[in-house]
Amino acid sequence: MKVLVAVKRVIDYNVKIRVKPDHSDVDLTNVKMAMNPFCEIAVEEAVRLKEQGVASEIVAVTVGPKAAQEQLRTALALGADRAIHVETEARVESLAVSKLLKAVVDEEQPDLVILGKQAIDTDNNQTGQMLAALSGMPQATFASAVTLDNGELHVTREIDGGLQTVALTLPAVVTTDLRLNEPRYAKLPDIMKAKKKPLESKTPEALGVSVESGLKLLGVETPAERKGGVKVGSVDELVEKLKTEAKVL
Amino acid sequence: MSILILAEQHDGELAAGTAHVVAAARAIGGDIDVLVAGEGVDAVAQAAAGLDGVRRVRVADDAVYAHQLAEPLAALLVALADDYTHVLAASTTTGKNVLPRLAALRDVAQISDILEVVSDDTFKRPIYAGNAIATVQSSDPLKVITVRTTAFDAVADGGSAAIEPVAADVSNASSRFIGEELAQSDRPELGSAKIVISGGRGMGSGDNFKLLEGIADKLGAAIGASRAAVDAGFVPNDMQVGQTGKIVAPELYIAVGISGAIQHLAGMKDSKVIVAINKDEDAPIFQVADYGLVGDLFEILPALEQKL
Repeated sequence: MKVLVAVKRVIDYNVKIRVKPDHSDVDLTNVKMAMNPFCEIAVEEAVRLKEQGVASEIVAVTVGPKAAQEQLRTALALGADRAIHVETEARVESLAVSKLLKAVVDEEQPDLVILGKQAIDTDNNQTGQMLAALSGMPQATFASAVTLDNGELHVTREIDGGLQTVALTLPAVVTTDLRLNEPRYAKLPDIMKAKKKPLESKTPEALGVSVESGLKLLGVETPAERKGGVKVGSVDELVEKLKTEAKVL
Repeated sequence: MSILILAEQHDGELAAGTAHVVAAARAIGGDIDVLVAGEGVDAVAQAAAGLDGVRRVRVADDAVYAHQLAEPLAALLVALADDYTHVLAASTTTGKNVLPRLAALRDVAQISDILEVVSDDTFKRPIYAGNAIATVQSSDPLKVITVRTTAFDAVADGGSAAIEPVAADVSNASSRFIGEELAQSDRPELGSAKIVISGGRGMGSGDNFKLLEGIADKLGAAIGASRAAVDAGFVPNDMQVGQTGKIVAPELYIAVGISGAIQHLAGMKDSKVIVAINKDEDAPIFQVADYGLVGDLFEILPALEQKL
């Protein structure tokens, strides 16, 4: 079966972010960018499905600026067969991304779409669900295990009280949780080979999708900082302070 | 303004988070209805009707909703949404699963995990693992919102809302529930516990988490874990506190053997009082801890249990 994997270029997860002085947004100039960690897991899962003989072709797709092609090349180095770049410099919210991905799904007709459960910049946790809704597909979010069983997709999901397993008819959308797998590193020869793999560029206009949003970002602020506390010397002192000073025991 | 809240329920009981979502709805203002969808949900509907500020409880009782699958629940919400300006749910795995599906079907944006209601169309929410707070305004005709329950105080009981059944489209051919495996615990639920004690990689093994149990029992606390402890296989992942796990804001959070990575801090830094117990005095957790104790947790934990 054909698998479509959506990836996003985001600020590297180790970077301590700065809010712009005018509070309009987070400052992304000269900041290290990388593939969103949940998207890496999505790519890895697609590659494993291909290695098991379940998937026949993997198409990686991203929506974002020119530079996001780096993340598509990473996906290609990890094992994707070809890539589609929906290029836009605009700030695209989840709903618009979902509509763009839906247009790509309509063209590519994949049997399975895998996305990360959330991007670590916007922390929305929406795109997979929205894509599933727009494409009329069932969804399995927060997946920690995916298997194909008699033409049905069986997915174990991480839910608040533990785990839940659901069966989906294909085509379907799956979003990955952290424990689904441990992504591999791209090897240098694969990185070189990835440069020759096909990467197709499209625009939102060509896909007939408006990236307008009903949401407006009014401002971004730094959260209230916690005051540095004190170090105590012993368990006795700790319990004493929690009782008399903090009054939480 | 009229608001519909998707109730959260487990095993025939209303989840505590719903009372916090009602508080967020009251901050928005307007008539508040609660939707209870499930199978055999009379007790849940009664509990929801008792929440202060609720006008009406709408009940969809059918086997198709028994496991809160996204496909039938979103279809139900789409059918009801015409009557409302806002649809809210707790930012739990159920709320996160269902509401974006509703939003897309209604062609509106969703606002995730709100911390504060500025006005009926403007909300504050965390981005970048809680390292920045965004203020967003929605011009969509329907506002679809998930609520960070720890940011709103629960409303009290004492209401007496009307309970009405709703006609529901009960077809769902695309997804099927197979089974679930829930962690068993007598302790309070992690998301709503007043005290949380969490262990990290420094615990060394799953067995050593027993050292936390005695303390948790004495304090009536829930036990959490860092991602490192979960990934190392010490404890199941539903105990994980962090950006990718649960967000908690208890009165007291005790972090044991946890370094304090950005990802973990995103899940607990709104706790009222933070205590860190770590042998590395340079661990970043000490920068947010109100009280830090540097030392060997294998000596400190038994001493602490005895002292309580």
